[in-house]
Amino acid sequence: MIEVSARHRQGSFTLDVAFATDAPVVALFGPSGSGKTTLLHVVAGLIRPQSGRVRVGGRLLTDTESGLHVKPHRRRIGYVFQDGRLFPHLSVRRNLAYGRLFAGPEEQFARFDDVVALLGLGALLDRRPATLSGGEKQRVAIGRALLAAPRLLRMDEPLASLDAARRAETLPYIERLRDEIRVPILYVSHARDEVDRLAREVVRLEDGRRA
Amino acid sequence: MTLSADEWTAVRLSLWVAATATLASLPVGIAAAYALARGRFPGRALLDGFLHLPLVLPPVVTGYLLLLAFGRRGPVGAALEACCGIVFSFRWTRAALAAAVMAFPLMVRAIRLSLEAVDRRLEDAAGTLGAPPVAVFATVTLPLALPGVVAGMILAFAKALGEFGATITFVSAIPGETLTLPAAIYAQTQVPGGDAGALRLSAVAIAVALLAVVLSEILTRRVAGPGRLT
Repeated sequence: MIEVSARHRQGSFTLDVAFATDAPVVALFGPSGSGKTTLLHVVAGLIRPQSGRVRVGGRLLTDTESGLHVKPHRRRIGYVFQDGRLFPHLSVRRNLAYGRLFAGPEEQFARFDDVVALLGLGALLDRRPATLSGGEKQRVAIGRALLAAPRLLRMDEPLASLDAARRAETLPYIERLRDEIRVPILYVSHARDEVDRLAREVVRLEDGRRA
Repeated sequence: MTLSADEWTAVRLSLWVAATATLASLPVGIAAAYALARGRFPGRALLDGFLHLPLVLPPVVTGYLLLLAFGRRGPVGAALEACCGIVFSFRWTRAALAAAVMAFPLMVRAIRLSLEAVDRRLEDAAGTLGAPPVAVFATVTLPLALPGVVAGMILAFAKALGEFGATITFVSAIPGETLTLPAAIYAQTQVPGGDAGALRLSAVAIAVALLAVVLSEILTRRVAGPGRLT
């Protein structure tokens, strides 16, 4: 469950967006300059909006009325970057386990073995990132983010650097993730087909407002 | 080729002094390299220049400054003793200090280059996984820069091993205490019939230096190797 409402003026640009949804995947859509980045910064806590609130999974992260603003690194937002960013000096297993060092045991909702099975990583555990295909890297990156026990998973064009075949191969894993894990996903993409397949809720931005 | 007992003493002392100098200055070297690679503070260029001074100054000047600073009445020597109880009481520790100061720029340079080559985006990724900055440094930055750190240590070790001018100015050349390999070679060349000994010791110096440079080269290449970003 994600609930965001934000009004924020920056120079001549005004962001004025509100959405609340129970959809497991919210797709964020919009050309550059539409306020997408500003909105993402508000959710991440990098920008404190002039007025608004951010609630993820029942937990309030920003509420300008009461002055609440959880610091970015305490929001536990998991990121899957377009370029994977796996740690090259660590095996897949240790990449996956990295975030577990820093999350409290009571916060961890996903078991290591379950995530490995869900994303089909069993055969890759002892390999180094440099030996993985693009699609495999992204699956490891997703698993790594999940195992850090995020409240929200933010995926930024996670398939954009893959060729068509790898994308087709990786998409079903994200669908399984959506259906089997309770973490809401904020999915940023320009690819219409990905968004149609994954997201029931689409937030389309234009000029700082929902279009 | 066999070394005499005195020659062995000089070689052993040199290895010991160089190893101590390298290991003791490593934490400071990493901190300085990190400050220069990442820090944004006023006086950064000045610090950079200051750290490079021993590389460009005549070694005798560095040795003389050390003598002034760390002598019995020297301001740094007295302050270190007063604040932390650190006394460079043994002559060989002073030789190690001179070697460390002379080797420091080389060490910092190698570590700094490898730190600058670390992909900051990987550090950001570690941050999003909940790692606090210290943990990011320990688990991502330092391991990725490790080949450069090792290369810096090897270069510093080789430099420390060959250090002559500053050492002899600072602590003279006392057999078994401060008579290091280069000083022993110099001494041999000053006595009639010392050529054989000077040659033997020179061969040892060449072998160690060559080994160090080759090792450092291999490790540096690994830093620039493939698989930096996945």
